[in-house]
Amino acid sequence: MSSFNDIFETYNWDDTKASIYAKTSADVERALVASKRTLEDFKALVSPAAAPYLEQMAAISQQLTLKRFGKVIQLYVPLYLSNECNNICTYCGFSYDNKVRRKTLSPMEIMQEVAVIKDMGYDHVLLVTGEANLTVNVDYFKKTLDLIRPHFAHISMEVQPLDLEDYGQLTPYGLNTVLVYQETYHQEDYKKHHPKGKKSNFQYRLETPDRLGQAGIHKMGLGVLIGLEDWRTDCFFTALHLNYLEKQYWQSKYSLSFPRLRPFSGGLEPKVEMSDRELVQLICAYRLFNEEVELSISTRESSNFRNNIIKLGITSISAGSKTNPGGYAVEPEALEQFEISDERSPQEIAKMIRAQGYEPVWKDWDNCLVK
Amino acid sequence: MLTIAGKTFNSRLFTGTGKFSSSALMEEALLASGSELVTVALKRVDVKNNQQDDLLIRLKYPHINLLPNTSGVRNAKEAVFAAQLAREALETNWIKLEIHPDPKYLMPDPIETLKATEELAKMGFVVMPYIHADPVLCKRLEDAGTAVVMPLGSPIGSNKGLKTIDFLEIIISQSNVPVIVDAGIGSPSDAAKAMEIGADAVLVNTAIAVSNDPVKMAVAFQMAVEAGRMAFEAKLALPVVHAIASSPLTSFLDE
Ligand code: SF4
Repeated sequence: MSSFNDIFETYNWDDTKASIYAKTSADVERALVASKRTLEDFKALVSPAAAPYLEQMAAISQQLTLKRFGKVIQLYVPLYLSNECNNICTYCGFSYDNKVRRKTLSPMEIMQEVAVIKDMGYDHVLLVTGEANLTVNVDYFKKTLDLIRPHFAHISMEVQPLDLEDYGQLTPYGLNTVLVYQETYHQEDYKKHHPKGKKSNFQYRLETPDRLGQAGIHKMGLGVLIGLEDWRTDCFFTALHLNYLEKQYWQSKYSLSFPRLRPFSGGLEPKVEMSDRELVQLICAYRLFNEEVELSISTRESSNFRNNIIKLGITSISAGSKTNPGGYAVEPEALEQFEISDERSPQEIAKMIRAQGYEPVWKDWDNCLVK
Repeated sequence: MLTIAGKTFNSRLFTGTGKFSSSALMEEALLASGSELVTVALKRVDVKNNQQDDLLIRLKYPHINLLPNTSGVRNAKEAVFAAQLAREALETNWIKLEIHPDPKYLMPDPIETLKATEELAKMGFVVMPYIHADPVLCKRLEDAGTAVVMPLGSPIGSNKGLKTIDFLEIIISQSNVPVIVDAGIGSPSDAAKAMEIGADAVLVNTAIAVSNDPVKMAVAFQMAVEAGRMAFEAKLALPVVHAIASSPLTSFLDE
């Protein structure tokens, strides 16, 4: 079976990076007016040469997003099930070597959390865990999905990468969407940031979206953690990955995220800073490159930024998030995975969305459609 | 260079043998076109005694590969049978799959075509199906093991050009196999357009065969296909836009 790795291997990080930084304003102008944009166009749009064209990019991004998605913003919220983790990730509060109290929610605790999330108005939830295969495994996921399925129209998961058979086992339980971020496509740096645990296997992670496609998952989310490496190059590889997956698994939908490294207790300083302006550039570049992909922004970003980005290409945002297991009801004070920047409640966010003439949507899929 | 099933082609112009006023003229035109893949209707050749067949004799050149087509069959079963016959008679496992149950418009049958592609691919054929410009069907055919897809530009023999261009662009953007625009290409400019939007090759028959000067027209198509391909590779220059200073959408960044 072929996989993304076959394509990835034909690229070299340094050459790719150099080619992005060599893009000129002529390349950017060509990319702006092209009717179908290529990977080379994407390089131009994320390059430093595109900075003076930001307003134009924003205008095109807005139009394309309206054409495809209308005036609608999806809302989602994470439900952290567990912070147990056997991996060491240098940027994460749940890292194995970090001294935090470990907790995996019991069925009763999960239901307490669910009650609060439902009260906020949500019909879509994103399940999040670390990687602790002894306790938080396919069996645990099955039980959890079974438990919460009656309460949500749409369930997404952001957990450790699984084998093909495992994904196949979970779809009958109502799993619809899986997010797996590569963190960085820079192989050596990946090794540095993931020195221990199953996650240190770069290739296994890289080929996870292939397994998701083969398992027929409806939607998958890709992304890198911005701050680990040169974001322009990393995001080019994300676009390359997306391009490959869309061709290969044409029945799946895709979403992209672009989390910027956030402080957490004992945390890592970003190696590469990305300004707000550059994040806007990236969001618009993704939209110009791909009109259909969903673009998602989390509560890592500031209120002011989130208010203004709604109209520029984003299609889904989280609100009211807690990033610790039990954070909504069971144990609100426990240590979080990363600091939230936008602390507003989902209702406040919904109000802000409406004030801009957009409709907040609390789910975007209903499992009753397949059963 | 274009590669299909391990065979490379210098010319991206594929041609056909039908509708020429004489087989001598056909030979001359096909040679002038530089085409390296020529489709032959199985129903027109003498499969039993092919050493004597006038049409086949005129195509015996080292650079010309024969592509038997199943035109005339009405379903998958007949198509598979025809392909086996072609393999034996013409000693090639390449097959252009054409299934049209309707004799009036010769519209390809998507369901039978998919079925036949699946079977033929399993039997080791290099399958080149003629189909509607239907992006989903193209992906289904890919899964079924097709070697290429050959969507139509407009109804066969109509010379109407690329009526399906919007669908062709979708097909080209997501295909993992070569896309060859088949049917409807009426003039060299249509062929050039197909190549400019990124088609891997075009198949032209009627427009060459029925022109007043098929040899000259064959050369015109050859040049058009090359020009179109070059333009695609070089990227068309587009109208220039100018950078503008800050304004409403991104001005919050300056606050
Ligand atoms: S990022 Fe995920 S895998 Fe890494 S330490 Fe944190 S929870 Fe564990």
